[in-house]
Amino acid sequence: MTSRAETLPRRARSANPGAAIGQGVATAYLTLIVLLPLAALVWKSTAGGADAFREAVTDPQAVAALKLTIAASVAVALVNAVLGTIVAWVLVRDRFRGQSVVNAVIDLPFALPTIVAGLTLLTLYGPQGPVGIDVAFTRTAIVLALLFVTLPFVIRTVQPVLLELDRELEEAAASLGATTFQIFRRIVFPNLLPAILSGVALAFARAVGEFGAVVLISGNLPYTTEVASVYIFGRIESGAPGAAAAVSVVLLVISFAALLAIGGVRRRVTRHDAVA
Amino acid sequence: MPGRIVAALLLLCTAVTAGVAGAATRDAKVSLVAYSTPRAAYAKLIPEFQKTSAGKDVSFDQSYGGSGEQARAVLSGLKADVVALSLEPDVTTLVKAGLVAPTWKNEKYGGIVTRSVVVFAVRRGNPKRIKDWADLVKPGVQVVTPNVQTSGGAKWNVMAAYGAQLRKGKSHMQAVSYLRQLYQHVVSQDKSAREALQTFLAGRGDVMLAYENEAIFASQQGQEVPYVIPKATIRIENPIAVLKGSANRAKANAFLRFLRTPAAQRTFAQNGYRPVVASALKGFSFPVRPQLFSMKWLGGWAKVDKRFFDPNSGIVTRIQKETGRS
Amino acid sequence: MRRYALRIVALVYLAALLGAPLTMVFWRAFEHGLGPAWAAVTSDPAKHAFLITIVITLIAVPANTLFGVVTAIAIVRHRFPGKDLVNALVDLPLALSPIVVGLAFLLLYGRGGWLEELPFQVVFALPGMVLATIFVSLPFVVREVVPVLREIGTEQEQAAATLGAGWWPRFRRVTLPAICWAVAYGVVLTTARSLGEFGAVSVVSGRIVGKTETMTLHVEERFQSFDYVGAYAASVVLAVLAIATLVAMSVFKPKEGVIHGDRS
Repeated sequence: MTSRAETLPRRARSANPGAAIGQGVATAYLTLIVLLPLAALVWKSTAGGADAFREAVTDPQAVAALKLTIAASVAVALVNAVLGTIVAWVLVRDRFRGQSVVNAVIDLPFALPTIVAGLTLLTLYGPQGPVGIDVAFTRTAIVLALLFVTLPFVIRTVQPVLLELDRELEEAAASLGATTFQIFRRIVFPNLLPAILSGVALAFARAVGEFGAVVLISGNLPYTTEVASVYIFGRIESGAPGAAAAVSVVLLVISFAALLAIGGVRRRVTRHDAVA
Repeated sequence: MPGRIVAALLLLCTAVTAGVAGAATRDAKVSLVAYSTPRAAYAKLIPEFQKTSAGKDVSFDQSYGGSGEQARAVLSGLKADVVALSLEPDVTTLVKAGLVAPTWKNEKYGGIVTRSVVVFAVRRGNPKRIKDWADLVKPGVQVVTPNVQTSGGAKWNVMAAYGAQLRKGKSHMQAVSYLRQLYQHVVSQDKSAREALQTFLAGRGDVMLAYENEAIFASQQGQEVPYVIPKATIRIENPIAVLKGSANRAKANAFLRFLRTPAAQRTFAQNGYRPVVASALKGFSFPVRPQLFSMKWLGGWAKVDKRFFDPNSGIVTRIQKETGRS
Repeated sequence: MRRYALRIVALVYLAALLGAPLTMVFWRAFEHGLGPAWAAVTSDPAKHAFLITIVITLIAVPANTLFGVVTAIAIVRHRFPGKDLVNALVDLPLALSPIVVGLAFLLLYGRGGWLEELPFQVVFALPGMVLATIFVSLPFVVREVVPVLREIGTEQEQAAATLGAGWWPRFRRVTLPAICWAVAYGVVLTTARSLGEFGAVSVVSGRIVGKTETMTLHVEERFQSFDYVGAYAASVVLAVLAIATLVAMSVFKPKEGVIHGDRS
């Protein structure tokens, strides 16, 4: 991507004991903090043998929780794809008072602890909410909580792309008689699609693992409103950490598969674009 | 420059952490690990104990959470000298792991520190006229109860429901059928009894199966929780035990003795618990129910836990699966 | 016309999802006046929770900052065996559920774990919570610094090398000033993440009153004990910190051209 040299030439590298220290520190830190605990997780998930693993992940309650989590996360990712793009569009192409404040507030779901978010969503959109909407303890509540925590992702990936977009193409198309919709579909959207997909991937990964925002408002009813993270928490508390680990591994695999798939689509879209 | 800042920060953190930790090493320390509901009671009882000669130089670490969650934590290494849990099976897991002596129950009060009963928490005015167990399975009635997999309170609720059927003369199969019906009316299964109460107070459900002491506690905190005690209900008994490997066994046992004095039991009663010491009952009105039964009548926790709550073959586990799939 | 329609859709969506909750936190905290809220926030458990949160953050942030800078340089400027693994591991915390993170630490350091027999207590004590917090807030400094390092290239560093500067002065005088803003932004993100951590510390905490309850766990506990004013008052403290974070983010935000979080 860059034409400049990223890596130092050999001479500078070999005279650099700092590099060795740096690499050593990085590797040791990551091993201790990330690799070791995850290795323990994967190990313990299979500690009871293949049968125990299979039993844990085919448990109907686990399957229900995983299905619900994926469905809710997909729904949320799609909503974000649409509404996130709209918000990014409004923030970049529009001008109104307080715009910079709105732009800053977009990152609130990142800065605010998830438990506080869950608490306020429950108060607002639960039975005693001032707005008259009561979705607490339903699947809608889960989607609501997940929409909150995933809000910034698509917006923040689309914004920079929109900023860099060359308006001339759109203006030219408009002068040739294209409708706004055609301009969007043929010119703007293909450029935004890779960024939208990046945001969707991040949003999806975030949503499948969410716990704090969901745990208060969803009711955690097994088979109905219990998401994967709550199910895993329940297994830990029931003294079945092996089963919890097994389901965690499955959740991980699902996240990665989704991320790889979206990444693949994204690469295809970008390459196709470059060729055209 | 940044290196110096980092070093200074690390030094600061170490100092602060040391300070926070150091304060604890002066007195004898007793670590109390308890389930969530008696938190307010122990907040009063611990200072009361520290005023006595036995508790003079004792400092306390306290941890509160779901009963099962706390037992699991102790198994995983949470330091504890005294465990005060919701029900006997949670202590039994510690006995099985060798952390509590199997003879913990061999004392005057059978290892129990407080009592209560299962009640129905209802809405103001009791619009659905819920008085007895049969009312819970009437069409349209929504029931809130915690999840038996994580909550001790939930197990008490289920056994109360089951035992009440037996008390009325039903057979085992009829009682199990009642449980199945009951679960079809359950609309929320939170992780702990306290969370289930939150759910109920937030407006979900028509009735909640609760501890009497929880309902009383909530009312004392300004949360209106009208409740009905059914004729047939179970006597809840909350165990307390000292751990085998405790470094301060003498002090821990002194604390347990203190908790059974009339004065301490009265403090428990003020927080909604039924005392185990009869003389502490004076001045409190805890209604006596005609068809009260205990866990012993149902066969004891060891049998019941296996039969009903085994994660694979338990009766309730199976009912949860069945009603979940429907 | 279309412009207004889009604007309204966007603003209503944001108001319902962000504005209303944020307002609610302050409303419910001060519903009964300033007094009760203040009393709640200055109570012993609240003060201890705040202290514990700060201590954890004061350890996690410098550690991850140091690691972040070192790792970013290693990833961008050098080739070494295992570099791809390092790259992948750095991004991992973003894809993991915090509950899974807590569970991993529990399995490693708790009963039956490989590192169970250590001279000091890890899980259900402060060290475990620090480790979990470090884990979840690990990627941010790295991810912010890497694109900047790529962007600025090595010319200046090479020039300094040919002029005879050793690696430390090269780093201190050439590299560091160039990545300064990216590091600052990364620190802000790391701090925000550490302050707000809930799921992972929930699993490894032990909930020892005054010792292992963070601000977030304190909020949950107060809510569970029907002390809604207490829960919201503590939430206000966290919300104020969140707003401060947003302000800091606006100030330090990287200029356009450096795509935040994008690995293209």
